[in-house]
Amino acid sequence: MGKDFLTSLRPAIVLTILFALLLGIVYPLTMTGIGQALFPHQANGSLIEEQGKLVGSSLIGQGFADPRYFSPRPSAAGKGYDGLASSGSNFGSTSQALVDRTKADVAKFQQMSPGLPVPSDLVTASASGLDPDISPEAAFYQVARVAAVRGLPAARVRALVQDTIRTPFLGFLGDPSVNILDLNRRLDRISATTAQ
Amino acid sequence: MTFQGWLLIAAFVGILLALTKPVGLWLFALYEGRPTPLHAILGPVERGFYKLSAIDPNEDQSWRRYAVHMLIFNAALLLLTYAILRLQAGLPLNPLGYAGLSEHLSFNTAVSFTTNTNWQSYGGESTMSNLSQMLGLTIHNFLSAATGIALAFAFFRGFARRSAAGIGNFWADMTRVTLYLLLPFCIVYTLFLIASGVPQTLAGSVDVTTLEGVKQTLALGPVASQEAIKMLGTNGGGFFNANSAHPFENPTALTNFVQMVSIFLIGFGLTWTFGKAVGNTRQGWAILAAMLTIFLIGVTIVYAQEAAGNPILHGLGVPGGNMEGKEVRFGIAASALFSVVTTAASCGAVNAMHDSFTALGGMIPLFNIQLGEVVVGGVGAGIYGFLLFAILAVFVAGLTVGRTPENVGKKIESREVKLAVLAIAVLPLIILGFTAIASVMDAGLAGPLNKGPHGFSEILYAFTSAVGNNGSAFAGLTANTPFYNGLLGIAMWLGRFFVIIPMLAIAGSLAAKKYTPATAGSFPTTGPLWTGLLIGIVLIVGGLTFLPSLALGPIADHLAMIRGQLF
Repeated sequence: MGKDFLTSLRPAIVLTILFALLLGIVYPLTMTGIGQALFPHQANGSLIEEQGKLVGSSLIGQGFADPRYFSPRPSAAGKGYDGLASSGSNFGSTSQALVDRTKADVAKFQQMSPGLPVPSDLVTASASGLDPDISPEAAFYQVARVAAVRGLPAARVRALVQDTIRTPFLGFLGDPSVNILDLNRRLDRISATTAQ
Repeated sequence: MTFQGWLLIAAFVGILLALTKPVGLWLFALYEGRPTPLHAILGPVERGFYKLSAIDPNEDQSWRRYAVHMLIFNAALLLLTYAILRLQAGLPLNPLGYAGLSEHLSFNTAVSFTTNTNWQSYGGESTMSNLSQMLGLTIHNFLSAATGIALAFAFFRGFARRSAAGIGNFWADMTRVTLYLLLPFCIVYTLFLIASGVPQTLAGSVDVTTLEGVKQTLALGPVASQEAIKMLGTNGGGFFNANSAHPFENPTALTNFVQMVSIFLIGFGLTWTFGKAVGNTRQGWAILAAMLTIFLIGVTIVYAQEAAGNPILHGLGVPGGNMEGKEVRFGIAASALFSVVTTAASCGAVNAMHDSFTALGGMIPLFNIQLGEVVVGGVGAGIYGFLLFAILAVFVAGLTVGRTPENVGKKIESREVKLAVLAIAVLPLIILGFTAIASVMDAGLAGPLNKGPHGFSEILYAFTSAVGNNGSAFAGLTANTPFYNGLLGIAMWLGRFFVIIPMLAIAGSLAAKKYTPATAGSFPTTGPLWTGLLIGIVLIVGGLTFLPSLALGPIADHLAMIRGQLF
C-alpha cells in the first residue's frame, strides 16, 4: 500500500497541473475565441439594441408592471427578473405561501380583465425567474386589457399575438410560446405608428 | 398528457437506442486501448502527458494500486479547487469582484465537484468568478466523469479477464477517455450551444435598460464550454443558480432535447461496451432493457402527475397542469422527462424546480436517486452500480436452484457477494442516518423553506442527492450553512468512494478467477427472465429500504394535497 501511494504522487500532481491547464484554461479560452468570432451575437447574450441603447436580451424576460404591456409570469429571481439572481420559488404544492401568492395574482388579473379561468403559467413562477415567454393562452387572455389601455382595436392586438407565437420545433419539441419582450416591443411600435 | 408529449419521449428513447452501439464501439476502443481516428491529432498530447508525469500506460495495476492512484489523483484535484475557491478574490478573471468563499462552502463545493455530484450550496452567478468556474469547476466535470468511466472499464476487466493479476491502468484509462471522448465531443457540443444562444464570453455581466426604463443586469460568462461537459459527464453543476432552467444555459426546446440525450449518451453506450467486453453484446442489451423499463415507469408517473396538476390551485380558478417552477418553452412533458433523466443518471442538472413538483411527481426523482442511480446512471458509476445489483441477482437466482451462482463465466462466491452487499448497503445507511440527524437538530431544522411533510422531503432529498452523487435538490433548502455544507460534504465523499473501493475489490477478485464455461445448469444472464429478475432486485433491494421515509415525506404530502391541507 505504501509503495502504491508513493508511485501515485508524481502522476497525480503533474497530471493535475497539465489537465488544469488544458481543460480549465486552453479549452474554455479557445471556445471563447471561436464563439466570439463565429457567433458574436449569441456569445454575448443575444442582446437587443434600439437606437444605440441596449434594451434587453431576447432570451431573458423582463418584469413588465405597467398595464399597457403584456404581463410576464411571476418571478422569484431577486425582486423579480433579476439577471444576477436566477431562482424559482421552490414552493411545494401544499405551501400556504404558494396559495397566498396565487390568490393575490389571480385577484390582480381579475381586476384588470375579469374572466376565469386564469391561464396557469400567468400566475405560477417559472423555474429560472427569468422566463422569456408566456403561453399563447396567457397572451390572448390579456388582449382585451392591453388594447383598451392603449386605445387600439382588440383585433389588431390579437393579430399581433397570433403573429408572435413561436411553434414548437418539429411540432413536438417543447410548447408553443410567446416571447414577452418581443411582443411588447412590437406593441410599442404599433402604438407609435397609430399615434402618428 | 398530450400526443406531442409522448412523441417527445419516444423520439428521445429512439435516438438513444440508435446511438448506443456507435458510442459503445467508440468506448470499446478506449477500453482496449486501441487507436481511434483522433489519435493522429491528440496522440502527441497523450504521450507528452505520460512522459511528463512518468507514467507507463502499459503497466497493469492490481486493484489496490488502481484504487490508491485514483484516490490520490482525486485528492490532488480536491485541494486545487479548494485553494482556488478560497483565494478567488485575489485571482484574475473575476470581473464582478467576488470575494473568496468561506471554508465550509469551499469544502462542500470542492468535494461536490470532485465526486461528480455537483451539489451547489451557492448561486453560481452571484458567487463564482469566471476563473473559479473554468479552472476550479469545469476541470472536475471532465475528470470526475473520466474517473467514473475508467472505474467502469476496470470493473469490466474483472469479468472479462481470466486468471489475471491486474485490472488495467488508471492513468491510461482516465487520460484516454478525457482526450479521445470527452474533450473532442465537448468542442463540437459547445459550438452548437453557442450558436443556439448560450453565452461564451469573459465579460461578467452586461447592463440593459428595459422597455419600462428599469436597469437590468444580466450575468454572463464562459457558460457554453462548461454547459457541454456538465451534461455529457453527468455532472449537473450549473453556471447559474437556476441551472438548465436558465435561458442562458438552455435557451430552446432543441437545446433542451440535446441536453437530455447527452446526459444518457455515455451511459447507454457503456452497456453495449460491457456486453462486447465480456464477449456477448446480448448481456449489454439485457441490462439496458432492465434500465429502460424502470426509467419509462418513472417517466409515466411524473408526466401523469405534473399534467394532472395541483388540485389546490385548481380550486383557485387556475386549471391545468402544474407550471410552478417550470419554463414555458419546455412545457410539462419536457420538464417531466428531464427530471427523470437527470435523476436516473446521476446528473443533477434541472430544467424545472423539483421542489415545486406535485408530491408524487417529485417523489420519483427522489426515488430514482435512492435506487442508487443504476438506471443508466452516472457515466461509469451507473453501469458498475448496476453490475453490483447483477451480482446480487445471480446470487439470488443461484440460491433458488441450489447452485453456485455465476455471471458471464465467473463464479460469484461469498467474498463477491459480501462486498456487493457492503457497497449497496452503504447508501441507505448514510442517507437515512444523516437525514435522521438533520431532522432532529436545530441546525438541520433551520434549513427547509417549506413546512410540513414537504419540509422533511427537502432534507431527505438533500442527503439522498449528496450520497447518490446526483446534485439536484429540492432547492428550497437553505444549505449554505456550516452544518449542511459539512454534513453534505461528508455524505458526498462517502457515497462516492465507499462504493468504489468494494467495487474495485470485486473487480480484482473476479479478474483472478478462472473462466467457468456455461453448462445446461447455468442461469442465463441474457433474455427476458434475467431482465425481469434484475428489475425485481433493483426495486426490492434498492427501493424497499426507503419506503418508510417516502411515507413520511412525499406520500404524506400527497395525501395533504388531495385534502387541500396547507402548511
